Amino acid sequence: MELVCPAGNYPSLKSAVDNGADAVYIGFRDETNARHFAGLNFSDKRALKALEYARDRKVRIFVAVNTFAQADNWSKWERAVDTASDLGVDALIAADSGVLGYAAEKHPSLNLHLSVQGSATNQGSLEFYHQNFDIKRAVLPRVLSLKQVAALTEKSPVELEVFAFGSLCIMAEGRCLLSSYVTGESPNTAGACSPASAVRWQETAAGGMDTRLGGKLIDRFKAGEQAGYPTLCKGRFEVEGDINHALEEPTSLNTLDLIPELSVMGIGAVKIEGRQRSPAYVGEVTRVWREALDHYKQAPSSYRAKDQWMRALGKLSEGSQTTLGAYSRPWQ
Amino acid sequence: MQTTLGPLLHFWSKNEVFDFYEQVAESGFDRICLGEVTCGKRRELKLADWLELARRLQNSGKNVILSTMTLLESQSDYFQLKKVCGNEEFLVEANDMAAVQELSSRGLDFVTGPSVNIYNAYALKHLQKLGLKRWVMPVELSAEKLKAVLAQAESLGISESLETEVFSYGYMPLAYSARCFTARVNKLNKDACEFTCLKTPNGIPLATQEGEKLFTINGIQTMSGQCMNLLDQWWMMEDMGVSSMRFSAHSKEVFTALDKVLAQLELEQPGETMPVNDQCNGYWFGRNGLEMEQI
Repeated sequence: MELVCPAGNYPSLKSAVDNGADAVYIGFRDETNARHFAGLNFSDKRALKALEYARDRKVRIFVAVNTFAQADNWSKWERAVDTASDLGVDALIAADSGVLGYAAEKHPSLNLHLSVQGSATNQGSLEFYHQNFDIKRAVLPRVLSLKQVAALTEKSPVELEVFAFGSLCIMAEGRCLLSSYVTGESPNTAGACSPASAVRWQETAAGGMDTRLGGKLIDRFKAGEQAGYPTLCKGRFEVEGDINHALEEPTSLNTLDLIPELSVMGIGAVKIEGRQRSPAYVGEVTRVWREALDHYKQAPSSYRAKDQWMRALGKLSEGSQTTLGAYSRPWQ
Repeated sequence: MQTTLGPLLHFWSKNEVFDFYEQVAESGFDRICLGEVTCGKRRELKLADWLELARRLQNSGKNVILSTMTLLESQSDYFQLKKVCGNEEFLVEANDMAAVQELSSRGLDFVTGPSVNIYNAYALKHLQKLGLKRWVMPVELSAEKLKAVLAQAESLGISESLETEVFSYGYMPLAYSARCFTARVNKLNKDACEFTCLKTPNGIPLATQEGEKLFTINGIQTMSGQCMNLLDQWWMMEDMGVSSMRFSAHSKEVFTALDKVLAQLELEQPGETMPVNDQCNGYWFGRNGLEMEQI
């Protein structure tokens, strides 16, 4: 399985490449990609440098142009696709039928991957993107159980990539508007979820911390409690008189345990989330995953996720806890 | 301006569903979307029941459409979708690209619901070639964004035969998950959920710790905490070339909302604002979705 790692800037890219990524995915510095954060991502010039660094070390570069193109700004998405093609990247990751259609028509030799934002969870949807845009790979939304992923692998007309580690989206990607409901910006439109510009950290009289998004209270931490980023689906809310994590707790996806199953069922690539993360984070996660995948390859039948790997990844996880997410039925 | 009643997003008992659609048959809606779109486990009505309702509504003069599931996970979800697409009697509303694929490969015309992501006219043009007749704008887009999409459609020469619908009234579907939040609230496992969502026919409110209503939990779906109210925007929509307004029912209040609009349409002039409980219209005005802009 190919190890696909994130890079939000050039140091992270080097970190991913140096620690054993097979491929690195990046985005340009605007709302054409789903991690459109201030100070993050690549200018054309930086992207070229990244490509050269990766190429020299036989690592592939993918570019994500995976938001939905806004009609009043369409040329931005066209330009992003053209730039990726001119750079000669190894794959363009896109979700919008308009963008995919443009890429397929204008740059027929460009290798297209369907982004997770394309929300393809089933055979019919995968066939749609394959037949219409000749995609070569699709990234699956984090909504299928392991059994369902296995069944889909048998029917899929294209190679599949799944999320392996990182922040856990608990909603079907490309179909979550919670962020724009509260802040006006969503992954689909602005490439941002719970954007930093809408966040407010407020110390409380009792020495704790209130975290707000768009003015709405997302969580309230007691003095001494580690205050987390106010992501909408991971806040503490009041439902039927109880206050708790009604949707999900702060936690990260970690599938080191599933490497044998994913590999046997024929998954083509595993993806690490986190273009917004630091070079140190990217390097450490990449290193652990490289080691794990190599271990599995050397001795598939005796593979077991090592405690030291789990501990290393646990430390890098939201709320210091990890989950198998939707891959495991009880989580659902 | 036409009026569409979108598919029922909540889980009601079979009797309640039949009773509700009896009233729909007598209502002023032009067009009715039928079918389970939220959760594959909700099977109070089978396809045959929906078809029976569809025929009944058609006989009372309604234009009837069958809607497909939004988030497909299992093989059986997919087979069910193929069955709906192959019904051979009624036009189908695709809520996932799987339905677009199924319908277009059968050479059938189709319409798309709000969860098929169409944010520009290039996407529209592509789908139109495959048989798209009408689309529902994603709920998060504003009037200004819609104008831009329609202007782009004009420049691509596809606006002639294109019909546009806007989600104008009701609690908006905002997100879909593998997890069932209603089961989670009730400390049940999704695989043994006891169909507990039957007990909360309008969903379960989720509020901040300061008591501000934020979302509505509806099984695997998270809906808006406020009811979208664009009832007084019909004249602006008409100006822009929108051909129908979509209503979504959380209760029989939907008939009151419809009657308010129909009364204004009758007079052919904008009336005063029509407040509904717990309302929002922010998306339409390019703001946070949950806001209520006073016009």
